[in-house]
Amino acid sequence: MAVIEKIPAAKLIRKVPGGGLFLTTSESLLKWGKASSLWPMTFGLACCAFEMIAAGASRFDIDRFGAGVFRASPRQCDVMVVAGTICIKMGDCVRRLYAQMPEPKYVIAMGNCAVSGGIFYYDTYSVVKGTEALGIAVDVFIPGCPPRPENLLFGLMKLQEKIRNEKDAAR
Amino acid sequence: MRPDEISVVIKARFPQVKEEAGTNGIIVPKESLLEVAQYLKNPPLVFDNLHCITAVDRKEKMELVYILYSIRERHGVTLKVYLTLEDLNVASLSAIWKSANWLEREVYDLFGIIFSDHPDLRRILNPYDWKGYPLRKDYSNPELIAKPRL
Amino acid sequence: MDTTRTKDIYTEEFLINMGPQHPSTHGVLSLELKLDGEIIRECTPHIGYLHRSMEKIAENRTYTQFIPFTDRIDYVASMNNNLGYVMAVEKLLNLEVSERAKYIRVIVAELNRIASHLIAVGTFAQDLGAFATPLFYCFREREKIIDIFDQICGNRLTYNYIRIGGVQFDLPRGIDEKIKEFVNYMRPKVDDYDNLLTYNTIFLARSKNIGVLPKDLAINYSVTGPSLRASGVKWDLRKDEPYLVYNKFEFDIPVGENGDSWDRYKIRIEEIRQSLRIVEQAIDALPGGEPTVKVGRIHKPAPSEAYFRTENPRGELGFYIVSDGSMYPYRLKIRAPSFSNLAVLPELVKGVKVADIVCVLGSFDVLMGEIDR
Repeated sequence: MAVIEKIPAAKLIRKVPGGGLFLTTSESLLKWGKASSLWPMTFGLACCAFEMIAAGASRFDIDRFGAGVFRASPRQCDVMVVAGTICIKMGDCVRRLYAQMPEPKYVIAMGNCAVSGGIFYYDTYSVVKGTEALGIAVDVFIPGCPPRPENLLFGLMKLQEKIRNEKDAAR
Repeated sequence: MRPDEISVVIKARFPQVKEEAGTNGIIVPKESLLEVAQYLKNPPLVFDNLHCITAVDRKEKMELVYILYSIRERHGVTLKVYLTLEDLNVASLSAIWKSANWLEREVYDLFGIIFSDHPDLRRILNPYDWKGYPLRKDYSNPELIAKPRL
Repeated sequence: MDTTRTKDIYTEEFLINMGPQHPSTHGVLSLELKLDGEIIRECTPHIGYLHRSMEKIAENRTYTQFIPFTDRIDYVASMNNNLGYVMAVEKLLNLEVSERAKYIRVIVAELNRIASHLIAVGTFAQDLGAFATPLFYCFREREKIIDIFDQICGNRLTYNYIRIGGVQFDLPRGIDEKIKEFVNYMRPKVDDYDNLLTYNTIFLARSKNIGVLPKDLAINYSVTGPSLRASGVKWDLRKDEPYLVYNKFEFDIPVGENGDSWDRYKIRIEEIRQSLRIVEQAIDALPGGEPTVKVGRIHKPAPSEAYFRTENPRGELGFYIVSDGSMYPYRLKIRAPSFSNLAVLPELVKGVKVADIVCVLGSFDVLMGEIDR
């Protein structure tokens, strides 16, 4: 009995008394499925890429959150983790990759450079000051230079919470 | 060989080069750069490794710096060429040392110095249609936000 | 298929872009390939996708304020970059550091060399098809080194530890036992990698005689580091132009024979072993004393210039600093090893298949942050 309250999707299900049967809405099922299997795109640009790879390695293990399948092609991904500095020459590629991802899609901006330009805000002529400056809507911002892998996992959990609380599940 | 011995050998062959006061650099006039470079590559000096090419914007003139090393003889030399702002043109060394190919493209991209006889002189680090030469001291760009000085 | 009809088939060259976002280009590198079927006829690299204009930033930062930027040039070997920059500034200022600082600098630089080579080995094996297992093994070893660095200076990737005049903090108490424990733990693991990967039939078939770099071409293109040593040239700055206290330690320089991709990989495994030897000797001989000379935060060197080069895990990293007497450098040029190492790639891949270009690129171990700065 006490097990149900511990799982994160507890608000979405209702246990029928007396038996091993759960009732839920199909919307909640869809949201639970979307949140628990976000497939990220391998899009490491600079230093934060190595913390992303370390998050995927065996010590921090992003696979237990369902996001362990890193796909290179944007057509097969759900979430784009922008990890690293975006330069003007790369900005067109980022926009094109975002357009190639199928809906529903989410964006995590990882690291100070992707959030706002970071350490390269002053005195540079070739750095785009943050992912939002490119015109891409970001869902979760993770600050840090570089953020520890635990921060990336926390950001991923925040994104999962955001998806589970979405008003319109069929996005 | 020590740096002063190397400059003695070079000056004996090319009397028009001078030593720079204060550093170990050798100032080579622009016209004799190719000949001096070919001489340095051959024995007895055998500078087989063009390590680095860079430029410094000295406001009234441009200073080109070539740093060469020799793996066989274990010595190094620094050549300097001064160019006036009206005539930013110098011979390319990419026929002698192939590492000069990309190094000179980078100097062209950042400073605007043209290397004649270069096989493929175009920008390398900035986008191909970039305007301006960023590392010059008089470069201005509205997107460049300068950090206030201490 | 009837071979007499092949002359009716029309073929032409195919231009394909192995673009900036690709799982095996080690960062944002774009290779424009002209293909004839599966064979490459011509390859043109396009770089500059990570050009963060560090040299322009340097003209508006004091000498100490620029040290965090040097971490981000070659973000996998941050200690070595810090070391190169700080030694160039100390040459400009004519500053001598204490013996303890020199030994600490050698220890952290060599540990970082091991961490960097582990990434090179892991990603090289992944590019060749051993999809995740060698990568996970290498990252597990690397986490041990990063734990040591976390205790020394507080960060996992960009350390900002080696400062002008010494190091940022002294080594914490008890760290020498941890380092000795790590050295004893790591030695059998390197033998593990040899047994699993180095003489594996598939690995040999994929990397032997691929991307052979002859000796004269390597020197002419100014290739440095393990790629140069794999082509048969015995040149290592730690032995040939020793800096810090490298002349007090006993270690060998591994040299390859053919200059192919397998040699470049094998040299890195041997260098991990030699670095473990250096760390063991250094931690046993660590002297006491103050690790940092008291210098202020603002430095105003006399108007002059200095160039200093050190041995990075990827090659020779050089810093050329011109000062005009103020507290900001007038010009700072970073000579990156991967820039010259990558320039030789178009010559090596003519006539090989597309899968082999991934092998050659992985064996050179280039890092885009260094190339584009």
